[in-house]
Amino acid sequence: MKKVFGRPKNLKDAVFHYCPGCGHSIVHRLIAEIIDELNIRGKVIGVPPAGCAVLAYNYFDIDMGEAPHGRGAAVATGLKRSLPDRIVFTYQGDGDIAAIGTAETIHAANRGENITVVFINNGVYGMTGGQMAPTTIIGQISTTTPGGRNKDRDGVPIDLSEMLAITNGTVYIERTAVDSPKNIIRTKKAITKAFRVQMAGLGFSLVEVLSPCPTNLKMSPVQANEWIGSKMTTHFPLKVIKDTVGKL
Amino acid sequence: MGKKILLRGSHVIAEAAVRAGCRFYFGYPITPQNELTEYMANALASLSDGVFIQSESELAAINMVIGVSMTGRRVMTSSSSPGISLKQEGISYLSGQELPAVIINTMRGGPGLGNIAPSQGDYFQATRGGGHGDYRTIVLAPGSGQELADFTRMSFEYADRYRIPVVILGDGMMSQMMEPVAFPDPIDPKSLPQKPWVLDGAEGRPSRIIRSLILDTSAMEEHNWKLFRKYEMIEREIPEVELFLTDDARLTVIAYGTASRIAKGAIKRVREIGLKVGLLRPKTLWPFPKRNLVEMSRVVTDFLVFEMSTGQMLEDVKLSLEGRRRIHFYGRPGGIVSTPDEIAKVINNIYFKEGLERE
Repeated sequence: MKKVFGRPKNLKDAVFHYCPGCGHSIVHRLIAEIIDELNIRGKVIGVPPAGCAVLAYNYFDIDMGEAPHGRGAAVATGLKRSLPDRIVFTYQGDGDIAAIGTAETIHAANRGENITVVFINNGVYGMTGGQMAPTTIIGQISTTTPGGRNKDRDGVPIDLSEMLAITNGTVYIERTAVDSPKNIIRTKKAITKAFRVQMAGLGFSLVEVLSPCPTNLKMSPVQANEWIGSKMTTHFPLKVIKDTVGKL
Repeated sequence: MGKKILLRGSHVIAEAAVRAGCRFYFGYPITPQNELTEYMANALASLSDGVFIQSESELAAINMVIGVSMTGRRVMTSSSSPGISLKQEGISYLSGQELPAVIINTMRGGPGLGNIAPSQGDYFQATRGGGHGDYRTIVLAPGSGQELADFTRMSFEYADRYRIPVVILGDGMMSQMMEPVAFPDPIDPKSLPQKPWVLDGAEGRPSRIIRSLILDTSAMEEHNWKLFRKYEMIEREIPEVELFLTDDARLTVIAYGTASRIAKGAIKRVREIGLKVGLLRPKTLWPFPKRNLVEMSRVVTDFLVFEMSTGQMLEDVKLSLEGRRRIHFYGRPGGIVSTPDEIAKVINNIYFKEGLERE
């Protein structure tokens, strides 16, 4: 019998700690597949965030160095400047990258650090139990916005990817989602391209992935995916935000 | 060892770092230590393997240090008190992850924004870990231009040997002062031994993780005890003091860094009128040279702690002597630099008040 589907080589034989329906498991798998396909295990160094995905190193069979909350881009800068021929990526949630780590991210992008960022946007602080995130959408209920996010009190969700796009050092930024098979395939293509941008030495690349957090949205996995398509994408449209590279 | 050249303190540290094989520097401007950052910008730009980044913040700088340190290369950052507070997050992570790094603190008056004048108000912060969690950093206190060079070299050796962040504690006086210095021969970073724990891509070997998150409480406890055992080893191996005119001393002044220079001037003055006074100068603040102090307390009855603060090292002296001897204190915080005459008067008063002139 021919094997048509299996565990990616660079995904350890471990059970994910993520909740049922969580998008992290999908994106982890995609990244492991990409590392396999690009054959870069021996060159890649990953930087996990603080947040649910801090344990990413329990799953990826690659070198990984943990960054303090939000400082992924600064740690990655140090790694990449020390080893310019290695492939350095950070894996960061919305709170990590778009709240506490905004400064490190914008300046690494503006310097054009030749690193790749996988930005998981699920609109909520997952690990700490469902507080308002910088990307929580207007009206969305969280444990710290019990009546829904209010524009006047809480501000509007921050468009970090668009902000990064206007800096000179970024070359490729795309927003995708993992709410459907079609979008999962699109996400894999985008992350692959982001890695290839770095391998070609072209500059800062980032893929923002809208990702379901059913537990903290207090929805079923199916409802959470539907919520991404019907609500989240109205504020965060899926699109190529910046591409100065073209075809690779 | 080359011939002596005249150089200001902050340049001495920078040159010594480059000669120690440090090719990575990250920093954010803050007075009174900008000359160090500027020197590194120049020096590293002229080296093909040099990397200098003026970071967007001290937080970013210390996290870039973490990134380079994970790859095993020698790396340094520097700042002054308010900036060092910002770096404490990263210093805690470096400690938990057992990563080597060298951090220069040119202390200034505080708390808060304070001023830019020489101070020793960060002693607690430096010697008690500084950030969150149960850890220590090695803290060196140079007392001359030559020691700025020697201790900078030594700080990289200690950092690598013990996989620990090393802090050099100076102040604006130390970093602005020009003194003749002879540098040790430069080290080619390529000649340094490979570190077996670095991240460089898991080519042909099992993957590695560098982290400080240890959710399992038993494993976290064991990690804390492992760090503790390392700190015990450091406490046995590296405490160092300078003794100045202590052989016949009845009163010993204890001071470090700039304060020790002033104390020496004061001691020379009171020696001229026959007072038997010496100086014990800790070169390492953590580990604190407790045994040297205890040793001395067998023959000396009175100690005077002199600091440019309201009394911080004072606590370590008290903890070392455990009430066995009289401990006096004189300190001037806020960036005030006492004169040798002022300290001579303090010594004089204590000496006669305690009757030390009597046989």
